[in-house]
Amino acid sequence: MGEIRLMKGNEALAEAMIRVGCDAYFGYPITPQSEVLEYLSEQDPMSRTGMVILQAESEVAAINMVHGAAGCGKRVITTSSSPGISLMQEGISYMAAAEIPCVIANVIRGGPGLGTIQPSQSDYFQAVKGGGHGDYKLIVLAPSTVQEMVNHVKQGFELAEKYRTPVMLLADGAIGQMMEKVELFPQIPRKKDSELPQEWATTGRGDRKLRNFITSLNIQPEKMEEINLHLQEKYRTIEANEVQYEANNLEGAEYIFTGFGMGARICNKAAELGRAKGYKIGVIRPITLYPFPVAIYNDVASKVKGIFDVEMNAGQMVEDVKLAVSGKTRVEFYGRMGGMIPSPEEILENFEKIFIK
Amino acid sequence: MNEHIIKDENLVYKKPSTLLDVPMHYCPGCGHGTVHKVLMEVIEEMGIASETIGVAPVGCSVFAYNYMNVDMQQAPHGRACAFGTGIKRVMPDRYVFTYQGDGDLAAIGTGETIHAASRGENILTIFINNGIYGMTSGQMAPTTLPGMKSTTSPRGRDVETMGYPLVITNLLAQLPGVAYLTRHSVHKVANVRRLKKAIMKGFEYQKQGLGYCLIEVVTNCPSNMKMSALAANEFVEQHMLPYYPLGDIKTPEEK
Ligand SMILES: Cc1ncc(C[n+]2csc(CCOP(=O)(O)OP(=O)(O)O)c2C)c(N)n1
Ligand code: SF4
Repeated sequence: MGEIRLMKGNEALAEAMIRVGCDAYFGYPITPQSEVLEYLSEQDPMSRTGMVILQAESEVAAINMVHGAAGCGKRVITTSSSPGISLMQEGISYMAAAEIPCVIANVIRGGPGLGTIQPSQSDYFQAVKGGGHGDYKLIVLAPSTVQEMVNHVKQGFELAEKYRTPVMLLADGAIGQMMEKVELFPQIPRKKDSELPQEWATTGRGDRKLRNFITSLNIQPEKMEEINLHLQEKYRTIEANEVQYEANNLEGAEYIFTGFGMGARICNKAAELGRAKGYKIGVIRPITLYPFPVAIYNDVASKVKGIFDVEMNAGQMVEDVKLAVSGKTRVEFYGRMGGMIPSPEEILENFEKIFIK
Repeated sequence: MNEHIIKDENLVYKKPSTLLDVPMHYCPGCGHGTVHKVLMEVIEEMGIASETIGVAPVGCSVFAYNYMNVDMQQAPHGRACAFGTGIKRVMPDRYVFTYQGDGDLAAIGTGETIHAASRGENILTIFINNGIYGMTSGQMAPTTLPGMKSTTSPRGRDVETMGYPLVITNLLAQLPGVAYLTRHSVHKVANVRRLKKAIMKGFEYQKQGLGYCLIEVVTNCPSNMKMSALAANEFVEQHMLPYYPLGDIKTPEEK
């Protein structure tokens, strides 16, 4: 058993970074995730593990510091919230293209624009469909508990390094701010310089005859298409191997409630209320938003009367649910926006209005 | 007939081993090639090629990694100093340099430049000031001289509407994190030699951990100045150097 603590989501995220053996964190303050850099500053990870932390002058600078440091083969992470993540998009696209592993956490606040500091899930499209320019994907993990904030930091680095790709944790302000009991994994030592990947990382040439270089540029279209094909092949492998979801009460279910992160927690509560009233409701919660758990939705689609998708946005993941069921069942959506969190009662009421009448 | 004179002791000019043996894409007479060579000579002579990491962002020198046999990263336009910061922070015992154009360093990347300098990052920046955007074919740069023509100032830079050239190296001088600022050119052999000494000092100061070092090289862009290489060098001497005078702007002694 690891160490048990009562922690705020953002602080647990920060503690997990130190424990996972991160070499560096670069970030810029923004609500509702400023506690990450504050917690790190308080902890002084340089004295604990030798981990570098730096408050950058902007999110643009932060993500490019991440690129530089992660390009040396180091474990590097940044966190921000919606407007800051928008600013990082060019850098994220460069890293996806140059195949640089790193982890980026978005503790979403309500948009568009400066929006609100209240929690939201309105950056699903940005995270899952690319966000920046060009054909690329991020592996996207959606924590729904403080415990998962911790677990996903570790898993995020494992996936990032396995596939040489940026990974995004898509949380929201509620998970960032809430306090829950967490079990922390024991300290993982930071990589030694001798363990840095000599096949690609810019560590200094050392004994190598020829330099390593990192670039996303290729002006020959034939070559650039090859690079694209290689990336797409990698994404297909990820889709085949890395899907994660959680499902309950699917056996005999007539309806499926679905949502991710915070939305899924409320869905679970609403489904409980519904089952108490006699409705047969199962719940599916994607943990990886990319790769999306297409098969399970497709599977249940032929067995249920409908899928009810609940999100804290105008309806984003629901598009992927519809693609997954491919017209086999009815898919309806209910959402709140701008930082509003739907209550379980409200969800059930809307479910009844739409599906039961 | 000449075979007998090809001996090491007769060699007066050679390509440093740190430059890869591939044709460069730079236009004939462009200063980039000269600065590449001098930089790589210094790295060879100091014996630091195996422990140096370079950053070249978008600009004509974006392909620097094709020529320089040191580990390199290509940064987005303007972000070289952020890359340099990230690299140096996790690899503090390596030598780190950035190689940036004027658009990169003094327009889109001004923030990253000033903050890396202000934090006193132990990196060396080679700043190529050719007064114009080379890669994108001759638009106005932050360093374009008043009255100087470019494709986006076809009647000459009008300071009333387009603002004044940004003399960013002097601006950086007041920052306590900055150790070394100096301005050079490569339009004459003697100037190339002086640049080489300056680059050596830059790496030396980095080794001592003195803070941010930047070497500005005022140079030409014959293609976009629409001049021969010689005429472009003449232009550098006659027009650019009076606005951007050569010499040390800050040294560690005054830091
Ligand atoms: C975000 C972004 N904006 C614009 C560009 C287009 N661009 C490429 S290089 C360049 C200017 C290059 O000028 P400079 O930095 O002075 O270098 P030079 O080519 O003159 O050596 C511009 C505007 C880009 N690649 N990325
Ligand atoms: S466009 Fe100008 S800066 Fe670029 S290689 Fe040609 S001469 Fe040099």
